[in-house]
Amino acid sequence: MSTSDVTDNTGTGTPVPPQTPLVGPADAARYDSRFSAQASCTTSSAMRDLMAITEKADIISLAGGLPDTETFPREVFDAITAEIGTDFLASSLQYGPTDGMGELRELIAGIMADEGAVARVDDIMITTGGQQAIDLSIRTFVNRGDTVLAEGPTYPGAVPCLTAYGADVTHIPMDDDGMHVDLLEEAYARLANDGRPPKILYTIPNFQNPTGVTMSLERRQRLVEFAHTVGLLIIEDNPYGMIRFEGEALPTLFELDDGAGWVVYLSTFSKILAPGIRVGWVVAPPQVLRKMNLGKQAADLCSSTLTQRFVTEYLKRNDYREHVARVNSLYRGRRDAMLAALATHFPEPATWTRPRGGLFLWATLPDFIDTTALQARALERQVAFVPGAAAFLDGRGQNAMRLNFSGVPESVITEGISRIGEAVNEFCALHEALNPGRG
Amino acid sequence: MSRVAVLKGGPSLEREVSLRSGTNVELALGRLGHEVIPIDADQHLVRTLRDARPDVAFIALHGRGGEDGTVQEILEILKIPYTGSGVLASERAMDKVVSKALFRAADVPTPPGYAFSKEAFSKMGAAETLPEIQQSLGLPMCVKPACQGSALGISIVREPGELGGAILNALGYDDRVLVERFVPGRELAVSVVMAPDPWALPVIEAVPLGHDFYDFEARYTPGECELRSPRDLEDATIQEAAAVSIAAVHALECRGIARVDLILDGEGRLWVLEVNTIPGMTDTSLLPKAAEVAGIGFDRVVADMLDLAALDT
Repeated sequence: MSTSDVTDNTGTGTPVPPQTPLVGPADAARYDSRFSAQASCTTSSAMRDLMAITEKADIISLAGGLPDTETFPREVFDAITAEIGTDFLASSLQYGPTDGMGELRELIAGIMADEGAVARVDDIMITTGGQQAIDLSIRTFVNRGDTVLAEGPTYPGAVPCLTAYGADVTHIPMDDDGMHVDLLEEAYARLANDGRPPKILYTIPNFQNPTGVTMSLERRQRLVEFAHTVGLLIIEDNPYGMIRFEGEALPTLFELDDGAGWVVYLSTFSKILAPGIRVGWVVAPPQVLRKMNLGKQAADLCSSTLTQRFVTEYLKRNDYREHVARVNSLYRGRRDAMLAALATHFPEPATWTRPRGGLFLWATLPDFIDTTALQARALERQVAFVPGAAAFLDGRGQNAMRLNFSGVPESVITEGISRIGEAVNEFCALHEALNPGRG
Repeated sequence: MSRVAVLKGGPSLEREVSLRSGTNVELALGRLGHEVIPIDADQHLVRTLRDARPDVAFIALHGRGGEDGTVQEILEILKIPYTGSGVLASERAMDKVVSKALFRAADVPTPPGYAFSKEAFSKMGAAETLPEIQQSLGLPMCVKPACQGSALGISIVREPGELGGAILNALGYDDRVLVERFVPGRELAVSVVMAPDPWALPVIEAVPLGHDFYDFEARYTPGECELRSPRDLEDATIQEAAAVSIAAVHALECRGIARVDLILDGEGRLWVLEVNTIPGMTDTSLLPKAAEVAGIGFDRVVADMLDLAALDT
């Protein structure tokens, strides 16, 4: 668009009234017939409309996945922005390379080394948040109808992405040690037998979203070994690895792959720094990264150079691990508050995971409770969660829910869980009344 | 030209849909030359209305609070004429159980059904009557929350063992549920203009694409169901659909423009399911489609609704 297209209102002092669109409801058909297959399968669900209400201010939301941004030190922020203004103004306002700023990629290699993984700087590409890394991975490998493996449940934010690209997802069940790798092997064999061998596995081994569960070392080793044997490409999403409250860090799948090239690794600064800066990254073999680079060029040319510079200067001047330690100590208290509240307020047949890190836990209710219906009751009590069905592509998870403990203070968590507990108890009592004599 | 307050949003489960209806209405009112005051119906609604001093209120709220007589009562007290039905008629139409009783009393054909409150199950052992209900209505049955717009909480019971679960699910959305005979057939909608001489807009058929029935998702997602003017209906059926719909709206004593949802079964019989006193005005709603088919357009419908705005007292 040339500048002459824009009406110049500078200095008139009058706000521009919103333009009345010329198209009305009767014109909807015009677009319906033109929507791409990809846009058409991105549906507005009852759940999405329910979730829209959860954003209202007076609702206690245990539905979001918000990291805490209150604890980020003001003086650190001020120092960095001043520094950018003085030394990097022009370059921070300019386009940057598609694969990201070299200096930041070097720093990221350092962060990965802190987690025990050795990544070549050339294999790292900066993305606009971890979400873009997921989108690029799926778009790079998945054709409509391709078989994809994922944990069941999987990250609700990956669900629309997988749906949009037409992935045929087989969910692999989990327990407290993460994904059942033996069941993954079975599923792989079955699908391969059907002539549809899975192309990729999407997995979050550390403090998984939505369950909070971590994959055991034994399963990690077995998974990577299996991937090497059959040639299964693993997309390892690791946004939460450092958000650890207890226990020893386990090696990432990327580390266990040991350079064999069967693991594409994704991570982000959203949880260890702040989500608003939208800086994530992907590590992949050069052949793969070239394709992803083309995909990123089409999507946004490059990630924000301003926020890349912000992260770079932050990392140069501060020990990010101090900030991570700060939020971890905050979240640990919140997780404990949620576990205590669940024990007090949820009825006997309900179970839930006990995450040793991350932002979420997963509660499973008796199978007669549909958590989308429960959500409607919970919203009357001004509290919200994510119904479990959002974490599956096959309609499962109807009696489960994702609960976030990082976003609100402990007292609010306790109150929120108590209100959900009331709604659950009401459903249980009604179920009993509806099924007399079944004990 | 009037100062028109468009009430939209609100806290109901149909908030998003309402916002979309409201935006379309605002645009139409603007084109008609009215001064538009958009209002999200929150806890400060009364104060906002007092400050805004509109000549008339256009209610684009769906679901509880907006469609059930609540906001209508507030507007009565504030003496601001409003579009759509009055307080009592809104309550009657919102409550599928009350509606059904009134349809029956007025000889408007409606599927047989039974209604229960939560307390009937929790305090009076109503679950023991489920076998009799099943016997009387036969399968499949349709279970609905008594007062919930859209299709949230509605399920179809096809197997004997599913009834309890369907009732529990519906009780998530309301304290009372309606269990009625499921009448399979074509899903029709007739919008009725309650002018001094009531008339009906053309029949619109909702053809769901790959869905069990016209559910929430199909209702509000472009491409999930197709709205069309059924060309294969006999004249007599069209006439009867209009007559039955006007009778249904009369039975509830509605005002303004109301939409009647009907089923045309395999034997050519019409059944009234419910009356919507605040029909959806989104891009994929039935009333705008009917206006398009009638050749009168969306703006004319909005103008008519505004003309029919009134107070009960």
